[in-house]
Amino acid sequence: MTHRFDSIDAVREGLRSVDYLADDSIAGVAFLADRLEKPVLIEGPAGTGKTQLAKSIAEMSGARLIRLQCYEGLDEAKALYEWNYKKQLLRIQVESSDGDTEWTEIQDDIFSDEFLLPRPLLEAITADDPVVLLIDEVDRVELETEALLLEILSDYQVSIPELGTIEAKQIPLVFLTSNNTRELSEALKRRCLFLHLDYPTLEREKEIVLTKVPEISENLADQVARIVRSIRQLELKKHPSVSETLDWARTLVLLGIENIDESDAVDTVHLLLKYRSDIEKAIKDFTANSAAHFEASQAS
Amino acid sequence: MTSTEAAFSAKAGPLFDLLEGFVVELRNAGLPVSLSENIDAAEAVQHIDIEDRVAFKYSLAATLVKNDAHWKTFETLFEVYFSLRGPEYALDGDAIEFDDDVDFDPGEQPQGEGGQGGGDGLSPEELAELLYQALRQGDEALTRAIARQAVKRYAGMEPGRPVGGTYYLYRTLRNLDLDSVLDRLMEQRRADADKPLSSLQERLEKDEYQDRIDKLRREIEAEIRRRLVADRGAEAMAKTLRKPLPEDVDFMHASREEMVMLRRAIYPLTRKLAVRLARKRRHKRRGALDFRNTVRHSLSYGGVPVEPKFRHPKPAKPEIFVVADISGSVAAFARFTLHLVYAISSQFSRVRSFVFIDGLDEVTSFFEGVDDITEAVHRVNTEADVVWVDGHSDYGHALEVFWDRYGNDVGPKTTVLILGDARNNYHASQAWITKEIQRKARKLFWLNPEPKAYWNTGDSIVGEYASHCDGVFEVRNLRQLERFVDNLV
Repeated sequence: MTHRFDSIDAVREGLRSVDYLADDSIAGVAFLADRLEKPVLIEGPAGTGKTQLAKSIAEMSGARLIRLQCYEGLDEAKALYEWNYKKQLLRIQVESSDGDTEWTEIQDDIFSDEFLLPRPLLEAITADDPVVLLIDEVDRVELETEALLLEILSDYQVSIPELGTIEAKQIPLVFLTSNNTRELSEALKRRCLFLHLDYPTLEREKEIVLTKVPEISENLADQVARIVRSIRQLELKKHPSVSETLDWARTLVLLGIENIDESDAVDTVHLLLKYRSDIEKAIKDFTANSAAHFEASQAS
Repeated sequence: MTSTEAAFSAKAGPLFDLLEGFVVELRNAGLPVSLSENIDAAEAVQHIDIEDRVAFKYSLAATLVKNDAHWKTFETLFEVYFSLRGPEYALDGDAIEFDDDVDFDPGEQPQGEGGQGGGDGLSPEELAELLYQALRQGDEALTRAIARQAVKRYAGMEPGRPVGGTYYLYRTLRNLDLDSVLDRLMEQRRADADKPLSSLQERLEKDEYQDRIDKLRREIEAEIRRRLVADRGAEAMAKTLRKPLPEDVDFMHASREEMVMLRRAIYPLTRKLAVRLARKRRHKRRGALDFRNTVRHSLSYGGVPVEPKFRHPKPAKPEIFVVADISGSVAAFARFTLHLVYAISSQFSRVRSFVFIDGLDEVTSFFEGVDDITEAVHRVNTEADVVWVDGHSDYGHALEVFWDRYGNDVGPKTTVLILGDARNNYHASQAWITKEIQRKARKLFWLNPEPKAYWNTGDSIVGEYASHCDGVFEVRNLRQLERFVDNLV
């Protein structure tokens, strides 16, 4: 079996070529996922690039991305496969109009590949071309539904009672993302490599801004990253995500702002924060400092 | 160690022995590492250049640690266990020379600070000045060197001394006095600026310096560990580092850092609680048999009730009453409790909260529509009228007040949670009230932050109340709280 990636650095470079800045852990885990043929479970706060990582890996390796969006109530018929019963009915009618076909023959006939509707998971393992399978927000399905995933994650196969076991033609790269709204089962975690994606460091965030918003100046990108870091230190309902940082940076560029001063920050902070209380808190924080120091300097 | 693992490590070389030891150490620290994960790790390191420490570390982390909360434990253990490997951590006996360890990058450090030549020769004032300069310029190499020098100088580490790393850390930091360094940095920054700093700039500069200081702290911690490992050996050191995992941290003795972590962990838990209640509602779609409807439909089958009809279930609207002790004996727990109450009230629409010491007061409104938990807690602590006579816990009187004022509001939909250690200072228990509450309410639970072994000793009378509760649980850490939530619905 040939490997997709030659080295960790190759992964990092590849991701960079599609504008995804990977740090050591990201590149390392993606590399291992390929070598060990194991799925990767990516966990972390919203908006840190979990889904984007899977997309970027697909893009860099030229693979097709198959995505399964999870939600409460997801079942086999939507995740794995479904029998095309309308077509089956038609088939039965055609056969029975002939009159002399045995029932067992029809039965063998209607439970064959032809009548199977593949859903994302089955599609991923039966694909001939290279694919990346993304199982998004796996923490949204119920604990019981997780079990559906286990067979495909550990053995890359799907068992269909009427047909037998379908094995993968090639091992796809599998990424699962989770926002950690609940603890995933041990069985699932055991089968995966684990990658925690947190908010990027100051330097990395600045680089991300520079990459994704090419028209921004270095100076402004630096300020953006610094302010976002400060905001993330506040105790908020929802911290600004990387994508919100980027939105903000783009807005600042559009507004032609080169040096962010207080009033700019106050005016545009609603791009970073989505809760009114958070916005108020951030604004208070921006302005409170100066008041205190102003008084202090007056006193001295 | 299981026999399979033994076989596995016997087959491979010394690296696997080392890995094996590391896994054992992780397990000792309480991390759940399964056999298959162990094998994965062994396989993973074969694909990685061992000399590449960063890759090595992440490959182990990806295969062995499946919970972000365990990351810090892993990282510390990793450092201790593999600290003697790799050039970065080379340690020449105990003698760390100031110059040798500093690998200055000449490009980054053009002007060069005066005292680099001999760290040992510096006076304390000079070292402080050097530290100040390093922080001001954000010179990481110099900061690292100073961290080493500071530990060497101030920590007072002696071989074989049975003291933990925290003691040395404290001693080192006390001598460096980082708070005033930060003040000095900020003052200098203000003086340097040609015009007064705006509050935003002020804040950003401060964060930047704070970040550098945090880095210095981490360097100091790492240095202390490094020296301890050299003194005692990795295995012994790992043992002393064994700290409870976040889910096992005792609420009563949580440090400030741990408290922040706990607070963050509560939210998923309450969400889980809410999801569980909601799901139960959705899954149980069928209500009781609707007799009339069934009979009416049976007419179309000639009177045979072929198709039973069911009533639409009424969606259960859980109502929760939280009654929390906030007296001194459970102060740390109470702080946590208030956070829990806040988290619960943001998930459920009908939560009423009460706090008591020897009097009792309703504090529901303090938590309503408040986004800032610290403010709510502050209001609870200052405004709630919870002291009746002397401000020592009196569960009996508090319950009486609860029953008098709010007893009528307790109904068949109400779940009552009482949080407290039931240390009653030998007052009357008034246990009859819990009996009454249990009779009227859907469920009555008691969460006790004390270890079970201490229950009913001294002035603890939890046993008297327990006989009238649907459940009394020891809840001293997240794990136990989670178990309680799991069993609740």
